[in-house]
Amino acid sequence: MRFAVPIFPGSNCDIDCIKAVEDVLGEPVSPVWHQESDLSGYDAVILPGGFSYGDYLRSGALAQFSPIMKGVVKAAQEGKLVIGICNGFQMLLEMGLLPGAMLQNDHLKFRCDIQELTVSLNETPFTSLYEQNESIRIPIAHGQGNYFCDDKTRQELEEHDQIVFRYQGENPNGSTAAIAGICNRERNVLGMMPHPERAIVEWMGSVDGVRLFQSMLKHGEENHGAA
Amino acid sequence: MVQHEQTQIESLPFEPSAEEIKKQKLYRDMGITEEEYTKICGFMERLPNWTEIGIYSVMWSEHCSYKNSKPLLKKFPTSGEHVLQGPGEGAGVIDIGDGQAVVFKIESHNHPSAVEPFQGAATGVGGIIRDVFSMGARPVALLNSLRFGRLESSRVRYLFEQVVAGIAHYGNCMGIPTVGGEVMFDDTYEGNPLVNAMCVGVLKHEELQKGIATGVGNPLIYVGASTGRDGIHGATFASEELNESSEEKRPAVQVGDPFMEKLLLEACLEMVEKEILLGIQDMGAAGLTCSSAEMAAKGNMGLDLDLDRVPQRETGMSPYEIMLSESQERMLVVVEQGREHEVHAICEKWGLQSAVVGQVTEGNRYRISYQGERVADIPVSTLVDDAPVYQRSQKIPDAYHEMQKFDAEADLKDLDPQTWLPRVIASVNMGSKRFVYQQYDHMVRTSTAVRPGSDAAVIVIRDTEKALAMTTDGNSRYVFLDPEQGGRIAVAESARNVVCAGAQPLGITDCLNFGSPEKEEVYWQLAKAIDGMATACRELETPVVGGNVSLYNETKGAPIYPTPVVGMVGLIQKREHITTQAFKADGDEIVLLGETLAELGGSELQLLASGNISGMPPHLDMEKEKAVQQLTLHLIQAGFVRSAHDVAEGGLALALAESCISGGVGAHICMETKLSTTTTLFSESQSRIVITIAKEQMEEVKSIADQYGVPCQAIGKVSDDAYLNIEVNQADVYRFSIQELSRLNEEAIPCAMNQSLTTMN
Repeated sequence: MRFAVPIFPGSNCDIDCIKAVEDVLGEPVSPVWHQESDLSGYDAVILPGGFSYGDYLRSGALAQFSPIMKGVVKAAQEGKLVIGICNGFQMLLEMGLLPGAMLQNDHLKFRCDIQELTVSLNETPFTSLYEQNESIRIPIAHGQGNYFCDDKTRQELEEHDQIVFRYQGENPNGSTAAIAGICNRERNVLGMMPHPERAIVEWMGSVDGVRLFQSMLKHGEENHGAA
Repeated sequence: MVQHEQTQIESLPFEPSAEEIKKQKLYRDMGITEEEYTKICGFMERLPNWTEIGIYSVMWSEHCSYKNSKPLLKKFPTSGEHVLQGPGEGAGVIDIGDGQAVVFKIESHNHPSAVEPFQGAATGVGGIIRDVFSMGARPVALLNSLRFGRLESSRVRYLFEQVVAGIAHYGNCMGIPTVGGEVMFDDTYEGNPLVNAMCVGVLKHEELQKGIATGVGNPLIYVGASTGRDGIHGATFASEELNESSEEKRPAVQVGDPFMEKLLLEACLEMVEKEILLGIQDMGAAGLTCSSAEMAAKGNMGLDLDLDRVPQRETGMSPYEIMLSESQERMLVVVEQGREHEVHAICEKWGLQSAVVGQVTEGNRYRISYQGERVADIPVSTLVDDAPVYQRSQKIPDAYHEMQKFDAEADLKDLDPQTWLPRVIASVNMGSKRFVYQQYDHMVRTSTAVRPGSDAAVIVIRDTEKALAMTTDGNSRYVFLDPEQGGRIAVAESARNVVCAGAQPLGITDCLNFGSPEKEEVYWQLAKAIDGMATACRELETPVVGGNVSLYNETKGAPIYPTPVVGMVGLIQKREHITTQAFKADGDEIVLLGETLAELGGSELQLLASGNISGMPPHLDMEKEKAVQQLTLHLIQAGFVRSAHDVAEGGLALALAESCISGGVGAHICMETKLSTTTTLFSESQSRIVITIAKEQMEEVKSIADQYGVPCQAIGKVSDDAYLNIEVNQADVYRFSIQELSRLNEEAIPCAMNQSLTTMN
């Protein structure tokens, strides 16, 4: 399974995502510069965290105009797996590939911690190796992770089973319905604020991110045969 | 040297003329003394014009020239077997084997942070990151050391909140984890907070760069952000005392753009990787002036600068302004003639501007042209090598000996530990710093193996078994009571911290935050503290590979506590040696290495109980210190140690409580002592470490400790009952709920930050 990690000026979790794919899956993974627009040679796309273009406007607001986004949209339409982590999630929202918007954390401060999450939906290509409603620990690190959507959208998200991760215990950013990650109706596009790539080795404090990558690979192999 | 008549180069029409500068003594406003002015005229063989005197003033400021501290700094050991680069470049470099090296430096940004805390702190971080990547290294971690007044003051709360937010803003955006640091609060810093930032990087030996200009005709290329009118005279501002009018210096504080710096970082490292560079230096303090002059001086070359080619973001900037601007996120590089386009291509990829702004020349003239006219012509060595050096006079402060006579123990030994442990653990100085570090992204780059909250942070080095332990430390109360002891303790404690993480201490970078060197008492403090630090560095074989001096930290005429801050880096050979302070398993034996003496002078207990500090600080015996560190490292490497925690501020009581809280377990302590129970629990005696081991290994550990000559006492066991039980001499019994201690510890700073809105001040 071939992974692409688009790199924007200001991305800073790009290397971490590449390392995670290499270390957890041992699958081929390539950095792709934001000025490319062709992602047809890849089976999955990981939009990494960071501060794309400085994010001085609104997180992810400028990244949506990047040439690479043509390739990301096409990949999503073709049913390839697209995951946006942190800043990547913010981009998916700005592009409209996922509904809702991101606000400043309700306490107005950046928050970095290892956070308890509930896997609210394990029937996705990203979470199939987790138990339904399993508690997992994944690091968070963001200043604008307060996911917001109107009531109608929220109802739709719930009706169509699109809420994949929720924060457990204290909500670290004030997000609607404690949402930490959502997917599209087709379930091939996932956006999440927590960083699974930061939870893959014991010394990182948690290994609960491993199964997310393994789930993606499993999906890839089941759908396309061994890559 | 050939003597030739120097023709006068006049100031520009809108600037004071050379004659006016002399007559009206305008140079004094730039911090230049009459004596220095005379010297400059001698060097130039004519009167300096406005631009030239401006250049001298920043180059000869304390910040750039260390003119007051140089004779003292010479006492530091700066070389060693593994030192690849000592002081004098952007950052120090130490070999860590396998062709790799660690690069690190600490620097202050105190004065800017006092007037504009967010940007002051942010650009402090930006500056230290540039120092590290200008060496060719990939920055892998940030640390900081902060001092503020008491949080009862709304101004202090504002400064604290904004400084932390500023550090977070810059470091988080850069994607460099901020993994450690320290914060202390004391009245002495009320008007003059300290913001020291440290950066650690890693490089391969062949990637090591220098800030040097070589090769006649080679181009000097400016890379990065445009030059504006921000931060003009920042270096001069940093070299004077803060006063009521300091607020007016707010424009002297630069505004940081971490996104720009991230691009600059990636572009510069790409130039390093492609082996394009001959020399590279950050435009930091004193901007274009300092970087270009130092590069030329190091290369023994002259330099021609053409200011019309300098990218500018404002119109109508004078040469004086361009040369003295401290606009951020700029770098100066020298490459071989003909390779300019390679630099331009990389910059273009990263969306950065680059421009050839000068040329290396034969000789030693530092020449500047502006709108086709020559506006400055200075012998370059006189800016760098001939900067004045002052041997200031010293005097022991009047109250010093009187203060030392005070018997701190007599005053405190009968306090009730049941009452005082909760108070100590709930003080803002001892309280959890989660409020601070959870605003910093401390996990980006996925290499953080020990996160903030233990003795030292640990960063693993990818593709090797190795890891780096790092910490910042400095207890200014001890230094105030006895500068020499305090200086030693600062170094020893930081070494102890990295040892507790499982590392061999490698070397230090230091930031010397003191008052005005023109005051004899302050200069004495500086001299003595350096003596103490130098001794400890020699004994522990941790050379000083770089650092920074921040003098004139005063408000309304009163100096701060003398505050040397030590940034220590240690090398962990194998990941399995990584050790934390958290107690692990029920039944583990708790062992105290080292000896507890009646030392409560300058202690946290004294400060809290009596409201001030006096008496003698703890004594540091270098032999004992070395022995306890070597023993602990031996035990860790031999696989005996399950947790290790330095006994520091708050004494044994606090160390035990912290290890319980971190591990989420309790402990049953049962010990015998000839001292009073309170003294035993709260004494801040040095050279002590609490470790836990499997209970069946006690005999073996004890015999190893004997070989090192280190007192080794089993003082209790880890328990899973969620209580810290302390029994002393089978009589005094105390019992603390870990949950309650943890709550007090966690809430200390958040509570202090959330003063009732109706509280005045």
